[in-house]
Amino acid sequence: MVTRLMNWFDDRLPLTATIERHLTKYPAPINMNIWYLAGVLLVVVLVIQLASGIWLLMNYEPTAEGAFASIQYIMRDVEYGYIIRYMHTTGASAFFALIYLHMFRGMMYGSYQKPRELLWVLGWITYVLLCALGFTGYVLPWGQMSFWAAQVIMSLFGSIPYIGEDLLTWIRGDYLISGITLNRLFAFHVVLLPLALIAVVFVHILALHEVGSNNPDGVDVKKYKDEDGVPLDTKPFFPYDVMHDLYAIGVFLIFFVTIMFFYPDGGGYVIEYVNYEAADNLKTPEHIVPSWYYTPFYAMLRAVTFPLFGLSAKFLGFVVMAAGIAIFVALPWLDRSPVKSIKYKGVYSKFFLALFVVSFFVLGYLGTVTSTPGRTIAAQIFTVTYFAYFFLMPIYSKYEKCKPVPERVQLG
Amino acid sequence: MQPKSPPNPGRRKFLIGATSAVGAVGIAGAAVPFISAFNPSAAAEAAGAPAVADISKLSPGEMIIVEWRGTPIYVVKHSEESINEIDKNLERLADPDSDTDVQPVYAKNKYRSRKPGISVLSAVCTHLGCAPKYYPELGVVDFDTEWQGGFFCPCHGSKFDLAGRVYAGVPAPDNLTVPPHYFKSDDILIIGEDGDVA
Repeated sequence: MVTRLMNWFDDRLPLTATIERHLTKYPAPINMNIWYLAGVLLVVVLVIQLASGIWLLMNYEPTAEGAFASIQYIMRDVEYGYIIRYMHTTGASAFFALIYLHMFRGMMYGSYQKPRELLWVLGWITYVLLCALGFTGYVLPWGQMSFWAAQVIMSLFGSIPYIGEDLLTWIRGDYLISGITLNRLFAFHVVLLPLALIAVVFVHILALHEVGSNNPDGVDVKKYKDEDGVPLDTKPFFPYDVMHDLYAIGVFLIFFVTIMFFYPDGGGYVIEYVNYEAADNLKTPEHIVPSWYYTPFYAMLRAVTFPLFGLSAKFLGFVVMAAGIAIFVALPWLDRSPVKSIKYKGVYSKFFLALFVVSFFVLGYLGTVTSTPGRTIAAQIFTVTYFAYFFLMPIYSKYEKCKPVPERVQLG
Repeated sequence: MQPKSPPNPGRRKFLIGATSAVGAVGIAGAAVPFISAFNPSAAAEAAGAPAVADISKLSPGEMIIVEWRGTPIYVVKHSEESINEIDKNLERLADPDSDTDVQPVYAKNKYRSRKPGISVLSAVCTHLGCAPKYYPELGVVDFDTEWQGGFFCPCHGSKFDLAGRVYAGVPAPDNLTVPPHYFKSDDILIIGEDGDVA
């Protein structure tokens, strides 16, 4: 009966073939480690965000007059509305925490190298889309931080020479951040960006399944195959990976719901306290801080305090901040190393990757605190070391001495 | 089997070119409403009409906030002392002569005002759009030991003097913007229009 039903489908749609290719028989390297869980957890968070987002939408009012009150309505009057909202805010932070781990995994094991350049580029696009989703979503509650974050970020476009002011008015649709601006950010957040994100994630996974997963040793598992053409150093996705992924999802959800139930503000990092006040365009909060996941780039923005080449400090800060996000996409072409994994790369690659991680965290911290002259200098130094990882890579990755890479994956 | 090369390739090339060109014009035309809809609507433009302020009750050293196009505009009446000492901090300012074009021509003077003694300034920090706070007192303040009165932005520490001129070495690149304004009479200030003498 089931076989006949499947045959009926298979005559009309490549159903069994698709399931086998992308799920049950997908060959996953046997030496994948804990870092490889971030990807599947990102898919879980995507589903959480879509579900909670759609439910929030049922009670949210996208107007300057009603937005803030509708959030309070969701929190107080809608049954379990507060859980749905906290699910969405916790999900936003989880999304970024996981994508940073996922990206770092790729950087450690050289997962962006040939033939996975396009896979990396697609992943980078999902990161940029996520940044846009985070920003647009942050504005929707129309609290003080929503309003002033929008003011600060949008005014960056006003710093572009010649066209800036007109462009800014065009983006805002008004002479100030207003309900008109809120409405267009709302349209982006709930329709355009999620559609784009789902489409790019889909293509990202298609591309992954075309080139196959990398692994901690960075060796090509397709080199040695058994008589059926199945790579020797792989195991089928079902049941092996599905089982440990389910276990990982369980552990992840324990952390997730702990934050969601007991620490929904995350100490002011998941939800900033200033945002409990309704937007007021005549009153600037004492201290404007972006969400934690943007703070490294915010620190870079503030680090540029001097004009150069006839361009204003503000515009240059904008360029440096954008470059900090954009530079990731160039990694496949910056890395000239003959080996993929950090395990076999030379000492310089290890040093610069460590330096990058330190810079990212220090900048992340500096972005959360008020600027003082000393902190500005620190931000300038760590902005330079952040970019050093990328810009010096063609040199240090080419000339350093690497360890020999084994033919087959190493276990244990 | 290779398809035969089409007869009359020149005509095909022309037809492909012509179809592409017409298609491109169509797409450009269809883009117009989508791009234009992003501009301020008629209602938003109407809401951007000039603001009127009565400054008759403003005493020296005081400031009022007038809302124009949803942004706060500071109207400051200078005290005798601050008018006299307007040049005292010159060497600490980034653009004391208002060379950057952020004010109407009639405000390009050392008071940066149309009428000496009345500063009309947009309360939007030229760095990232926060509202600088008014600190009229002279001398030692939290953020400066030789303060000559002015505005301090709490977001990123930019400083401006009472005429809205930016200090050197702070994140803000320019002096505070002077919006177009004129005095309808001695006491009535119109913000948002240059008046007839522009």
